[in-house]
Amino acid sequence: MSEDKSKGIRGRLRAAGFGGIVIVFAAGIIFWGGFNWAVEATNTERFCLSCHEMENFVYQEYRNTIHYQNRTGVRAVCSDCHVPNEWGPKMIRKVQASRELWGKLTGSIDTPEKFKANRLRLAEREWKRMKANDSRECRNCHSFEYFDYTAQGRRSNHAHQTGLAEGKTCIDCHKGIAHSLPPIEQDIGIGRDGAVPQEAFRPE
Amino acid sequence: MNKRTRNFVCALVAVLGAGALAAPQAIGQGDVSSLRGADVAAPELAPGSYRVLPDGPPIPRDYVQQPPMIPHKIDGYQVTLNFNKCMDCHSWTRYRAAGATKVSLTHFQDRDANELSNISPRRYFCMQCHVPQTDARPLVENRFQPATGVR
Repeated sequence: MSEDKSKGIRGRLRAAGFGGIVIVFAAGIIFWGGFNWAVEATNTERFCLSCHEMENFVYQEYRNTIHYQNRTGVRAVCSDCHVPNEWGPKMIRKVQASRELWGKLTGSIDTPEKFKANRLRLAEREWKRMKANDSRECRNCHSFEYFDYTAQGRRSNHAHQTGLAEGKTCIDCHKGIAHSLPPIEQDIGIGRDGAVPQEAFRPE
Repeated sequence: MNKRTRNFVCALVAVLGAGALAAPQAIGQGDVSSLRGADVAAPELAPGSYRVLPDGPPIPRDYVQQPPMIPHKIDGYQVTLNFNKCMDCHSWTRYRAAGATKVSLTHFQDRDANELSNISPRRYFCMQCHVPQTDARPLVENRFQPATGVR
């Protein structure tokens, strides 16, 4: 019985011939290459900025930061921080991002006022994501195993060594490095409405 | 009366005329130079490329009322309506954890010297008074000495 079946497959393969295998192989390359190309096309700065919500609000803030422009011109664009590098997590993130299309259609943050009202919610979601994956996207470029503490400043040297020893992750301290922050509770002046408490902003 | 008025006008014209002629000669070109070494009306000289001094211990004050200077880089620090980066280390709730200098108690007063329970909003823009230092040389030599009693 099984001999018959294997004979059948072999027979069909023989019938299709070598050409059939080559066609399937080539189709695989084209499909896979095309799929990856399309995913990478959605990972470019230009693609992100094709929505005015990105270009007018978050991009303008990012333009003042070191990840946009710096001495050596090595940059981190939107996807370097907001999309995982590994294939599996990248696909999960891309599927989750389809929700943003709904936000775009309904115009959830299409005015400065709406964006301002949602900044805290959006920022907290990114902080939570970074905290949960141990700041994986930061560490795609910044490996603390290779930190040269002699080259770091007095403050960063101390903060990095104690912080990493305590099991902290990048986002615990480095919030708001590429975008403006939502209201944070600080001991100056009158309080800010709906501010993030100190304990949440700077976890001990 | 007429003659007196005419004499007065003539004298006035003579004095003003002499003054107008003499004035440019009294302060000749080149006698006064600005600190930057360019004429007042000349285009601004391009600023040199100076580096902010690396992180270091607190810089000693030159006189007792001097706002302490910032002994570290402040590139990209956010001071916005929502967040003041300086307060992230220098506020009274944060300075111990950050190992930073705490804000002076004088900053807890309003302009009428009433004590507040929190840092006064009028002190919000720290860098109006506290500034970082670069490796630029002083423009002119300075022999300033603080008063001996408060050195």
